[in-house]
Amino acid sequence: MSSLCNAAELLAVMASRQLRDDTTVFAGVGVPLLAAALAKQRHAPRLTLVIEGGIIGPEIAPGRLPISTNEMRAGRRAQMLPGITDAFLFAQRGFVDVGFMGGAQIDQYGNINTTAIGDYWKPKVRLPGTGGANDIASLCREVIIVTAHEKRRFVPRVEFVTSPAWLRGDGSRRAAGLLFGGVSRVVTTLGLLGFDPETKRMRIEATHPGVSVADVRANTGFELGLAPTLETTAPPAVDELQMLRALDPERRFLG
Amino acid sequence: MKDGDHVAVGGCLFSRTPLALVRELLRQRRRGLTLARNLTCTEGEFLMVAGAVERIVTAWMSIGLPWGVSKVMRHYVESGRVALEEWSHLALGLRFRAGAMGVPFLPALTMLGSDLMTVVEMKTLRDPYTGETLAAVPALFPDVAVLHVHRADMFGNCQIDGYPHMDADIARAATTVLVTTEAIVTDDDTRRHPDRTVIPGFLVDALVHVPFGAFPHECYGLYEADFDHFGEYTAAIDAAGPTAVADYLERYAYGPPTFADYLDLFGGERLARQTRRARELTASA
Repeated sequence: MSSLCNAAELLAVMASRQLRDDTTVFAGVGVPLLAAALAKQRHAPRLTLVIEGGIIGPEIAPGRLPISTNEMRAGRRAQMLPGITDAFLFAQRGFVDVGFMGGAQIDQYGNINTTAIGDYWKPKVRLPGTGGANDIASLCREVIIVTAHEKRRFVPRVEFVTSPAWLRGDGSRRAAGLLFGGVSRVVTTLGLLGFDPETKRMRIEATHPGVSVADVRANTGFELGLAPTLETTAPPAVDELQMLRALDPERRFLG
Repeated sequence: MKDGDHVAVGGCLFSRTPLALVRELLRQRRRGLTLARNLTCTEGEFLMVAGAVERIVTAWMSIGLPWGVSKVMRHYVESGRVALEEWSHLALGLRFRAGAMGVPFLPALTMLGSDLMTVVEMKTLRDPYTGETLAAVPALFPDVAVLHVHRADMFGNCQIDGYPHMDADIARAATTVLVTTEAIVTDDDTRRHPDRTVIPGFLVDALVHVPFGAFPHECYGLYEADFDHFGEYTAAIDAAGPTAVADYLERYAYGPPTFADYLDLFGGERLARQTRRARELTASA
């Protein structure tokens, strides 16, 4: 990892680079929204943010980052406030290019658990729940997960599938009735992960500067394959870090 | 409202929560309630600790990322004292919409393939035209809706600024609709901007004028949520556990006899500060 920035900053910069101009992104609060705001400022000025609180096209103010997806800060200078249900229905209709979200626990097929550890009705640890994550994972054209890379988060099989990616990797996503989408990429603090087109198992596509394949594997709770060509990401540029830090001067999400 | 009612709460998380109505519900010491709310915040914690609620139907419960996972929610759900019934955010929205439309369910493409389907009462169906699998999201018809709006007239016609959240659907789906409003306006005011009316008066059973009726949660354009207050509230829970919420309820719900007395606990300066902050945010366009 670059000594010039901390893990959250690295994650936000790497995630922001995944977003393209002239697209729509359904962004969750925290690092995903921060990364989307950075992308919009730096390289994707016509990126349209869609936010769970029922918000389309906001311009997030530096220093006034929203804490939830449905408060005034999240809708600053928005172009439309259609309401929560209708915001999700834009995704169901196929209008949202990218879902951009975090994840408490993720498995080798990209499925995410944010519901519970242990039995659902008698949980050892109850997590806050799906919120809109299940809908984003089900309905966006493509989903990019943004998460810290820790062994306890990357498990072979999540105990509970809150947000479906490739389910069991055998075509089960399509068979369940999900017409499109699925997780294409997992951006972590160690590198970029993707999925084998055949098996839908997670694999390493790039590592961040100073990180080895062995480092990534050592921090993952299941076997990770390798993409045919393995890349090294470019380190965060000075202007990326400057813009990012200006967005979150209170360090609410950047630590 | 009666013990055992299914109560749907308007707003979303800490936005336009009808806290004056929640406070009254606590003061009436209601029991055995089911609470339905898309994203559940402090009001869910209050109802858990007060022993008012048996089941919470929601997509998510905590206050917000900076305050971590709700310790109160964990305590009550992990011990089995309150059931947390989890639907996806869209599915819960469609449950209210199906109720609003007066149909038993709506077909949808969400929640399919997930384990959420296995823990709540949601069935799939075969599209009779294409044979595809669809989620059949069941309608929710709450006994009572509690809502807070920006303005309403003497007939109960309600207007909401900014985020509509799910209030209009909830009002249509519920049997009884209780509303608090920031402002009472005239019949002429309503008729001047009928496009802004989102809940017609014939849905509304009771209306009360309660300025700051969502405080310390936000009301779009009028006052921002008081994050300092959330910080103090969660710090007390971090130190003492859920009993801190019981103390909080004594101080904020059961103690002050009127809502004006409740607001005095925050003080005029705090209310003015949050009002100023809201205006900065919504005037910036």
